[in-house]
Amino acid sequence: MSDFQPKIVAFVCTWCTYAGADLAGTSRIKYEPNVKIIRFPCTGRIDYMFLIKAFANGADGVIVSGCHPNDCHYVSGNFHARRRWIVFRELVDFLGMDVNRLCFSWVSAAEGAQWAKIVNSFTEEIRQLGPYKAYMELVKKDKNESVF
Amino acid sequence: MDSIRKRARELLEKNTVKVVIGYGVGSDNTVRAIFVRRPEGVEELIFDETCVQNLAVYLLKNEIKQIGKLCIIANISALRTILQLASEHQIHEEELLCLSVTPNGELLEFTGFKDIENYISSCNRDLPDKESEMIKKLEKMSVDERWQFWMNHLSRCIKCYACRSACPMCYCTRCQVEYNQPQWITVEATLMGNFEWQITRTMHLAGRCVNCGECARACPEDIPINLLNYKTVLTVKEKYNISAGTNANIDSVMSSFESDDKENFIR
Amino acid sequence: MNIENKLLKLSSLEGLVLKLNQDGKQVFAPVKKDNIVNFAPVSAFHEMTQDYIVTARSAKFVVFPRVETILEMQFSKDNITLKDKDLSSIPDAVLLGTRPCDAAGFKVLTSIFEGDYIDNIYVTRLKKTTIISISCNNYDAKCFCTSVNVHPGGTAGSDILLTRIDNDNFLAEIVTEKGKEIVNKFDTLFDIAPDVNKDSLVANVPVEFDLSAILGKIYPRFESDIWVEQSLRCIGCGTCAYVCPTCGCFDIQDVSDGHNGQRKRSWDSCGFDLFTLHSSGHNPRNTQSKRWRQRILHKFVYVPEQDNILGCVGCGRCSRACSVDMNLKEHLINLIGELTK
Repeated sequence: MSDFQPKIVAFVCTWCTYAGADLAGTSRIKYEPNVKIIRFPCTGRIDYMFLIKAFANGADGVIVSGCHPNDCHYVSGNFHARRRWIVFRELVDFLGMDVNRLCFSWVSAAEGAQWAKIVNSFTEEIRQLGPYKAYMELVKKDKNESVF
Repeated sequence: MDSIRKRARELLEKNTVKVVIGYGVGSDNTVRAIFVRRPEGVEELIFDETCVQNLAVYLLKNEIKQIGKLCIIANISALRTILQLASEHQIHEEELLCLSVTPNGELLEFTGFKDIENYISSCNRDLPDKESEMIKKLEKMSVDERWQFWMNHLSRCIKCYACRSACPMCYCTRCQVEYNQPQWITVEATLMGNFEWQITRTMHLAGRCVNCGECARACPEDIPINLLNYKTVLTVKEKYNISAGTNANIDSVMSSFESDDKENFIR
Repeated sequence: MNIENKLLKLSSLEGLVLKLNQDGKQVFAPVKKDNIVNFAPVSAFHEMTQDYIVTARSAKFVVFPRVETILEMQFSKDNITLKDKDLSSIPDAVLLGTRPCDAAGFKVLTSIFEGDYIDNIYVTRLKKTTIISISCNNYDAKCFCTSVNVHPGGTAGSDILLTRIDNDNFLAEIVTEKGKEIVNKFDTLFDIAPDVNKDSLVANVPVEFDLSAILGKIYPRFESDIWVEQSLRCIGCGTCAYVCPTCGCFDIQDVSDGHNGQRKRSWDSCGFDLFTLHSSGHNPRNTQSKRWRQRILHKFVYVPEQDNILGCVGCGRCSRACSVDMNLKEHLINLIGELTK
């Protein structure tokens, strides 16, 4: 599996992690190119369905990242998000999804290096796990012609 | 049983309520919901341990609301549902009258939500043993085994949404799956769509589910979907120390927060 | 054609299922899984269960799958290509172990799908499906076939009807040319029929109501309170339609990723409020009682009027599946009481 390049989708908030990723770029910090960043106004806006749909569309891993607690631009968006993730993560684990393919993190606008570190380590973890075959089977079954 | 009939008769005769929602004898020795509107109809009312349906599902139904003031003969599930619905501002104290029977046969008449809260606080709100064991068994399995377990079950789902209709907490006039721009979840019953639907249903009920089990009872394919809800009931209890349906004045779990909610997975 | 009688040994059924599979036909038979009996593909006879009154779900999915792609689209920069369903891709199928009520149900579905519009997908699927039914030697409290003119040993809709004579033998009635084809192809498996009295071999399902008291008499009671009365406990889940052998309503959805798309047909139910919701926001059937009335009228008024066939075969699946005990037989008897008042 050495030539396997994981597809990773990152849902990030615009105020902290997106700015942090921007800082990583302007600071010329090199990190794995496997990650596709999708910018949201706030982690509170990141619906659990986005995560599921990312897997359905071929993601091998998903990162969700936003402001540290008490740093939310909208005061409490990340607190609401945290509540949701705690329940969501337990639920999908119970359903048999591989929660090692979900990465939640707090990365502030000043933490360009931290962002690069998280992307690098998570990419490596997913590389070890390999492609998310179980979910792809599910998607393939969905495309079947007729379902009896 | 007699005390329930007697009280129901009084309420109907005095016109205090227009309809009594209770349990009656159904076909083939089963129990079904009945709607008594005339005093002489109270003889059909029964109440025992076989009366498991959560009658609170009828409280928000238009045709039943239109009849007038309601009296409901509630089991523990229904009482908890009433508290939860009250906390979500779906029902009001003056709209309904609640009767119940204690395990030793004593008739209870609740004067308000506070009264129900007091009674519920002394009742057993644990998950049923069978389901608790099943959850433990599933948690011990490997991720792959759990995945197989659910795929086997969910492949049977025919997307009739009976789980949604039977759930007293699923009262949205338009469900998320009925919006099609974008169409988040497939209309047709495909395995991925079934999987996504169950995630959606469970997440929307997280912190609101009163573990009555109606969803699984309604499922024509006998898929144990109540386990998903029960799992979130356990999570919410463990992480946030909140049980749905115990307080008529609490904020919704999923739309509130504590600044020190604990987790161990955020990097 | 005249019905021809043969003898089929239980031991020959084993061979028949094998040979049908070898012949490239997909064989569906009742299979017990997690204590529910439903039709599923079988490769050997022993996978089939004998312990069932009727299956939980009906057999209609073989001719009317719960999801079916009926059209495919391809989008390019300046062109859209449409592709109809390739009817030749539909496999040959054999339904083994349907009950006479299931078989009769196909007649009703056919009247819907071959009504004013001929649905070629349905027609082809049905043409490619051979229905080998087994007469009922048992029934339960939800069965009422004989009350709606369906017989537990009736041949209508079946290509071959098997009736159990004893532990080892079936009487095989060859009803149609399609059934005859199977017999001719595997003639070594069939023997000369013994002289038996079939009626004594099938269940004696009691007639529980007089159909003539309903037919032609419901419509004047369109505004009656009885519909509200009966449906107060209905939670509108639509399960009855999903398990029903004669419910043919469907929904159509276009699914597309921007490059490719499919038009999919999937089961629907008149029990849902969304079923009749107009885009204006108006809903002609805005309450459950109106939807319940529609269900009864469709089966007992509209289908009989339009197609001269009764829309219900009395299998009782709706009543068994219902979580709030909407018992169709009981409601019909109750309705007759109201009509004769």
